[in-house]
Amino acid sequence: MDALRSSYAAGRTALLIGIIVIWEVYARAFGDPAVFPAASRVIVAMGRDIFGDPMVRDALTLALYEIVVAYLLSIIVGFALGIAIGITDLGRKGVMPIVILLYAVPQVIVLPLFVMIFGLGPASKIAFGFSHGVFPILLNTVAGMRNVPQLLIRSAQSQGASHLQTIRHVIFPNMVPTVFAGMRLAMTVTLLGVLLAELFASINGIGYFAQAFGQKFDPSPLFALIVILAVMAVALNELVRLIERRFSHWKQ
Amino acid sequence: MRLSENAISRIIQVTFVLALLLAWIFAVKSGAVHLLLLPDPERVWASMQRLASSGKLWSEAQVTMMEVGYAYLLAVVPGLAIGFLVSRSPRAVRFCEPIFSGIFTVPLTLFLPLFIFFFGIGPTAKIAFGGVYAFFPVVITAIAAFVGVDRLHIAAGKSMGATSWQMFRRVYLPSALPGILTGLRIGAIVCIASVLGAETVSALKGLGRSIAYASELMDSVQMFAWLLYVVIMAVAVNLMLTAAEVRAHRRY
Repeated sequence: MDALRSSYAAGRTALLIGIIVIWEVYARAFGDPAVFPAASRVIVAMGRDIFGDPMVRDALTLALYEIVVAYLLSIIVGFALGIAIGITDLGRKGVMPIVILLYAVPQVIVLPLFVMIFGLGPASKIAFGFSHGVFPILLNTVAGMRNVPQLLIRSAQSQGASHLQTIRHVIFPNMVPTVFAGMRLAMTVTLLGVLLAELFASINGIGYFAQAFGQKFDPSPLFALIVILAVMAVALNELVRLIERRFSHWKQ
Repeated sequence: MRLSENAISRIIQVTFVLALLLAWIFAVKSGAVHLLLLPDPERVWASMQRLASSGKLWSEAQVTMMEVGYAYLLAVVPGLAIGFLVSRSPRAVRFCEPIFSGIFTVPLTLFLPLFIFFFGIGPTAKIAFGGVYAFFPVVITAIAAFVGVDRLHIAAGKSMGATSWQMFRRVYLPSALPGILTGLRIGAIVCIASVLGAETVSALKGLGRSIAYASELMDSVQMFAWLLYVVIMAVAVNLMLTAAEVRAHRRY
């Protein structure tokens, strides 16, 4: 079964390499270099215009910083609020409808308001990323607390576990999978929020460079920047997944 | 009289909105917040009326609705078709499903500069961006829904001599429909959010652009007027989609 799975993974890698090869050949043969740069030129631009330029490097570091801060804030606040809401009946019945109502509004539309309040610097990006990331964590924390089998809680209590012990030893371990599913989703949407805020208004962040590169005669730096951001997004997602696997082991 | 849980949450939601409105009026009248960040509700209301009566609301909403409509078509038709075709073969499912869900965990927002680069700042870029983004939830849920069709039903249909069209119409479609509808709802939300987001970042016309434009002028009265209109529309669409999904779930 494992061999079969890795053969599918190998097939997907081959597909990716095939796409890059086709991209290279097509761009060299038919592509207009001012519109569609070859893969090799994008890689060259990656060294020259992205990693070679200290300002762009700083912008990438700044973006990473914004993402990490927004994500950590989402986890801390989302988890704390989720526990506070999920632990009482009043919270579940009284506050959840409000959370769901807020979640139904597409957050993009308040982006200009965020920039007005938090300015053009990193604060507005962090705030906007946080506004995306906090919801999945909160919702999944509440859902996770709800999904704990009542039988387990009652058996813990009948064996004389205190309220705190019940939470620590019964409710928390059972919440792990649901909360981590929320954390995975939160990473995706935090990235989304930060990137969107960067693209909307940015003085020296990646949003600024994405726009500046887009207006050049040579689009290869733009492609290079986007490839790097995509790699960064995949790496962050994988990191969350890795931590998740670690914790699921601990559960057993 | 006992109220259903649903009714209670509706009441809480309405109360919350009214409380928010009162808090807004109170905050402005007491002079506790800066009018640039939180404008006078009376002036916002007047601005909303002006936008509606001058036809501006309709002409901007029309652009956004057109973009969302085309983008949704672009997502749904290939999404369902590819989802069904992939689901025909277990191998294809195992090969393709991780690709689609892997791409969907990367915030596609990072490709927005490329869409702007290729399609300009007109509606085409929004249609392409929204269509590509919404394609993924539709195709992922469609694959899961068609794969999940009960084998017994398939065997029964075949043994009774159903033609392939009859199989599709009478077996696959009805049993996959609830899952598909969930995907269609998520797809619609993703589609609206990404079109609005693309409009906010760069556009000439549209609701997202109107909000961003008012914020660039520091005209918070008009920005709030637009915001409220979009929030109302978004919540209305959300309620309709959820109601349609619930009704379909009940029927099948």
